[in-house]
Amino acid sequence: MSTRAQPAGTPPSPGAGTEQTEPDRAALSAGARQERRLGWLLCAPAVVVMIAVTAYPIGYAIYLSLQRYDLRFPGQAKFVGLSNYGAVLSSPFWWDAFWVTLFITVVSVVIELVLGMGLALVMHRTLFWRGVVRTSVLIPYGIVTVVAAFSWQYAWTPNLGYLAELLPSGEAPLTEQWPALWLIILAEVWKTTPFMALLLLAGLALVPEETLKAAMVDGATAWQRFTKVMLPLMKPAILVALLFRTLDAFRIFDNIYILTAGAHGTGSLSILGYDNLFTALNLGIGSAISVLIFICVGIIAFAFVKLFGAAAPGAEVKR
Amino acid sequence: MLASVLAACGSDEGSGRPTLNWYNFPDDSGALQKAADRCSQASGGRYRISYNKLPRAADGQRQQLVRRLAAEDDSLDILGLDVTWAAEFAEARWIREWTGAAKQQAVEGTLRVPLQTSTWKGKLYAVPYNTNTQLLWYRKDLVPTPPRTWAEMLDMAGALARQGKPHFVEIQGAQYEGLTVWFNTLINSAGGSILNASATEPSLGPPAVRAAGIMRELANSPAADPSLSNQMEDQNRLAMESGTAAFELNYPFVYPSMKANNPELFKNFRWAPYPRVDPNRPARPTIGGIDLAVSAYSRHPDLAFDAALCLRNRENQLTAALEGGLPPTLRAVYDEPAFMKEYPFSAEVLAALESASVRPITPVYQNVSIAVSHTLSPPSGIKPESSVNTIREQIDDALRSEGVIP
Repeated sequence: MSTRAQPAGTPPSPGAGTEQTEPDRAALSAGARQERRLGWLLCAPAVVVMIAVTAYPIGYAIYLSLQRYDLRFPGQAKFVGLSNYGAVLSSPFWWDAFWVTLFITVVSVVIELVLGMGLALVMHRTLFWRGVVRTSVLIPYGIVTVVAAFSWQYAWTPNLGYLAELLPSGEAPLTEQWPALWLIILAEVWKTTPFMALLLLAGLALVPEETLKAAMVDGATAWQRFTKVMLPLMKPAILVALLFRTLDAFRIFDNIYILTAGAHGTGSLSILGYDNLFTALNLGIGSAISVLIFICVGIIAFAFVKLFGAAAPGAEVKR
Repeated sequence: MLASVLAACGSDEGSGRPTLNWYNFPDDSGALQKAADRCSQASGGRYRISYNKLPRAADGQRQQLVRRLAAEDDSLDILGLDVTWAAEFAEARWIREWTGAAKQQAVEGTLRVPLQTSTWKGKLYAVPYNTNTQLLWYRKDLVPTPPRTWAEMLDMAGALARQGKPHFVEIQGAQYEGLTVWFNTLINSAGGSILNASATEPSLGPPAVRAAGIMRELANSPAADPSLSNQMEDQNRLAMESGTAAFELNYPFVYPSMKANNPELFKNFRWAPYPRVDPNRPARPTIGGIDLAVSAYSRHPDLAFDAALCLRNRENQLTAALEGGLPPTLRAVYDEPAFMKEYPFSAEVLAALESASVRPITPVYQNVSIAVSHTLSPPSGIKPESSVNTIREQIDDALRSEGVIP
């Protein structure tokens, strides 16, 4: 996008930014100008597609969120300002879903980080069948979430599933809020720990063997080597893994949709948005919910990048 | 690919014989396809009906139709609507009103209660294709005489539990529309209703408190299946077939299913009218079923009205009943000897349909249903008085299409 901000007529030489000075621009040859126009023509389709698939829907959602717009009452659509946001933010359903989402996000990401780190260490140190180990760990991540969610659902249904058989008879864990929330978290953890492990494994590769050996010579215990040497060096990889997973977990939809459909106080914000848009056909309220989720995701990303971002990949680490 | 699709449509138009697209629930029995073929044949070359299957779950069906209609898709002609959608689709101006000769033909000989579901603000917007109603299914080896009331049924279940016999009452207790239907049946059987007659505000009142009380009582009695609060029609059917239940409140599709899946139990599988709330007032089970409507964006509306009437004619309704188990909406079919023979509970179904109730007829039925099912779930946690107050507040919001739905 930065190229769009450049004044017209800037030469297309790589590395030349907006610091271009006036004389340079004047000296632009006809050939260079033509080449530049060609560059624009070549990238125009991509720009148009980007605007069509991202900017337009987001803009339209914001526009809809300012309307009273129920598909069933087409004649009653009108501009209502921020009142949809007021209705959503003052609704206990929004806040119930918000806390449920936050709970699932925090708990599942923490568990995934710990397990993923363990798996990454195992995979990093494996001497035999390294390829087989790494591939087999990835299997849960490769299974379509909805398919896996269905098997979890059946597994926990009394009389049908093998896991429900392990519980005392008469227990139906998916029908109660807390057991259901933990099972949703379990399904999430099962699905995405491999992804976390893979990102952390890449981080482990950043830790030089010699540094670890030097620490060992200095008498550092295994725990000290892990916390004082490996973790600080892996920080960029850990932050990226956490950012990805937090954003993903915050938008959780499929596991909940299949396991409980949001019943018994297990609905996330995405489920709330879906229900208001597709079941209630209330485009105004539904769009307001979507925009609010978008803002939440933005805040999470901002927090990660700005607050912890000093060690993000590509950034200069201050020593 | 788009081009080839367009070409395919075009060629059909070119031959002067338009294709009418009929979107309806997925039917495995073949009855719907047969009806489409017969009517195409009977049209004498005026049109061809193509039967397109919608998703299996009602919510999925509604979503697909809504998505296409909101986009003014003109490839839809005849729509199979769940009985609760006609008011909504009419208000959104997605379906056409039935008038004149077509209306005359649609109304003639059609059962009264199903016809209510296709009417909105005094105008007819669809023609009832099939109807449906729940009966009480029970095991004769456990219960020699079926219960007449809810109280009797719960007593019987308690007695069976004490003897260590199968004793569950299978009913739709999950947080979805089935729970609303259960509540609607009980409240109507108790002499009340969810909305007032003009569908402008909630009526509820003492019958609602009574209905909620019965649901709570069942959920906290030995009659409750442990999965009650996650169960829908199909889980009820499976539980009954696996032999853990003594009673089941469900639609007639369970009958052929039991016959096929558990012939041993089938010998003792019987049906009776839906249990009453008051011993001296008949139960008013909620009807289900499909209404056929004509899309507002259809390019051949006149042909579509004609085709819809053909699809639900006597012959096709009989096939749908015998092969697909769907109760007809034409009164005359119930006197058909072939039907009475093959459909052993036809008399009970007809009796149930004559005293039946409909779900609240309003464009915001979805919101009303969610308000009810969300508040009454799980049934064991119902506090009759305060739950009914909560439902009233949420329905008030829903009728103004305001507020967030859970």
